[in-house]
Amino acid sequence: MSTLTKQTLSHLDWLEAEAIHILREVAGQCANPVLLFSGGKDSLCLLRLAEKAFRPGRFPFPLLHIDTGHNYREVTDFRDRRAAELGERLIVRSVEDSMTRGTVVLKHAGESRNKHQSVTLLEAIEEFGFDACIGGARRDEEKARAKERIMSFRDEFGQWDPKNQRPELWNLYNARSHKGENIRAFPISNWTELDVWQYIQRERLELPSIYFAHTRPVVRKNGLLQPVTELTPAKDGDVVEDVLVRFRTVGDITCTAPVESDADTLDKILAETATTTITERGATRMDDQTSEASMEQRKKEGYF
Amino acid sequence: MSALENLPEIDNGLLRFLTCGSVDDGKSTLIGRLLFDSKTILADTLNAIEKTSARRGMSAVDLSLLTDGLQAEREQGITIDVAYRYFTTGRRKYIIADAPGHEQYTRNMVTAASTANLAIILVDARKGVQVQTRRHSYLASLVGIPHLIVAVNKMDLVDYDQASFERIKADYLAFAGQLGIRDVRFIPLSALNGDMIVDRGERLGWYQGPTLLEILESAPAAHTERAENFRFPVQFVCRPHDSANPELHDYRGFMGRVESGEITVGDAVTVLPSGASSRVKAIELGGVPLPKAIHEQSVTLLLEDEIDISRGDIIVKSAEAPEPVKQIDATVCWLSETPLSPARTYLVRHTTREVKARLAKIDYRLELNTLAHEPASGLAMNDIARVTLKLAQPIVADRYADNRATGAFIIIDESTNNTVGAGMIG
Repeated sequence: MSTLTKQTLSHLDWLEAEAIHILREVAGQCANPVLLFSGGKDSLCLLRLAEKAFRPGRFPFPLLHIDTGHNYREVTDFRDRRAAELGERLIVRSVEDSMTRGTVVLKHAGESRNKHQSVTLLEAIEEFGFDACIGGARRDEEKARAKERIMSFRDEFGQWDPKNQRPELWNLYNARSHKGENIRAFPISNWTELDVWQYIQRERLELPSIYFAHTRPVVRKNGLLQPVTELTPAKDGDVVEDVLVRFRTVGDITCTAPVESDADTLDKILAETATTTITERGATRMDDQTSEASMEQRKKEGYF
Repeated sequence: MSALENLPEIDNGLLRFLTCGSVDDGKSTLIGRLLFDSKTILADTLNAIEKTSARRGMSAVDLSLLTDGLQAEREQGITIDVAYRYFTTGRRKYIIADAPGHEQYTRNMVTAASTANLAIILVDARKGVQVQTRRHSYLASLVGIPHLIVAVNKMDLVDYDQASFERIKADYLAFAGQLGIRDVRFIPLSALNGDMIVDRGERLGWYQGPTLLEILESAPAAHTERAENFRFPVQFVCRPHDSANPELHDYRGFMGRVESGEITVGDAVTVLPSGASSRVKAIELGGVPLPKAIHEQSVTLLLEDEIDISRGDIIVKSAEAPEPVKQIDATVCWLSETPLSPARTYLVRHTTREVKARLAKIDYRLELNTLAHEPASGLAMNDIARVTLKLAQPIVADRYADNRATGAFIIIDESTNNTVGAGMIG
């Protein structure tokens, strides 16, 4: 094989260029797309990519957050501030409203609302007539995601059928859908957790404070650190400790656990991510530990 | 191997490769080994497959379980769909497209190969070159993968015998010439024991060449080393209409990705299919000006003259402008369970343009095992054929052999919106 002669992009530049291309394909092919924005690190990367893709114009889509009502204040405040700074429209739809409507029924008051986001998302899709939802999911996160398309087709019930996905060749994406159906587009499919952190550092992206090391009361359970909050108070017999922790992902309070860490800067987080011995979801997600196929099951039911 | 000492910059870009072979060839084990030896597998994942291995009564950890995906696949012990895996060495990032090896193979392999620049073709050292090896090699060359590695696996089962390896190499080279495969390398290995993947091991002392990972680390990241013509399909037109900012009043940015070649401010360009000409006034990314843009870069072009350009148009250098065509000869792979109907109209998506298309004729269908040409009146899933298509509007195309981006298209069935075919022009 010949030696490298032709000028090529660095891996981050390549990933960025691919993601911008995907965002522009969604804007070019779909009539009414929306970008799912939670205030978390992956969706913050999406916002920077959207700036690179569409500035000096406005984004050709609004931002949408499906709020379980169980998010950390630091994250929702950050979400609102970031949307305002960008001058883009943020729509928030809440799982609590779906509960009031009776479309979400919890098995018991303490059940995690995380998986019920699917219902609220589908209601929002119907309310606004969105034909595509841009999300920050990555294929390295979880094994069901490893087989996900960049443009993933969902039927009118929002269902993902892993056996009936469109072949995706070259960079010729097919985002066509009939009325009522929906495309989920994942511009950072090919990124890993380390790529995300490297991009955040390179682009100097601001993040919610809870991504950085801070002291927080937690209870050790099943190998995870469960944060002690109003929503998740310590139970009788629990040993509450103040531990230096940070969040690797910032989902629903009831199912997202922090990790022990003294990484209070991006450099330290990068060093830790490069040498970590536990996957992002394995270290942090209580919902994925229920069964080997729980992400796949949620996706079939319309999850992101 | 840890990426830490090399952070933050990976300087050798990104390489996409494909692995071809069936489970029996040890493909999953090979991928598992690459991920494991490059320290990509983290403790909790390893813990999970250790448990599964033990539950299935295996004595050692089965690395092939790392590539197990969906529930149905785990239940049936097969892979159904293309899966993508990632690892990094600190020098380079890798994306592996892992295509399954049974019935739907052609469709899956063409899909996986379409974005790959290198293919690893697995051969079982005990079985040697098989019909399947020829199929994989043919499909890899058809889809234009420039670099092939023939990995002779399971060397442990032939006592690491050099003669077995040399025999397979000679057999392979005998037919590779017919396929026009130019760059092929051979490597003996044992994915099970980890010999010659990342570490050399101690049992293949007679092999003097690089390890598999060394080959991957030095393979060119670009699809081609040739200089290519500049092709810029327009994805989206940016007209901000911002009343607060009069500077933006006349702003017209043509947004897209440089699919091939490069462009510099001041270059003379032509917009196709209209044929209007202008010069590049500015190149931007996220509002930041750039002096030039290279292959695979997503940018915004601003032109000196006000010309009407919309999504689906393509910007080229004036000196390299191809003729728009309304009929194309192509090699097509049919992807859908619903056969091609010669009577129907389909949609062809080529770069960012969609046009209606009808089948004019099928020259022949290719019998993949013998590469014989057979007459055909229709196409079923996994068929590969030479066809002629008539288009309702002109497209601006190159031969696939000259340009992968402007030589490729997909066929869409408008009634379901499914992607039903993949085509290569020329």
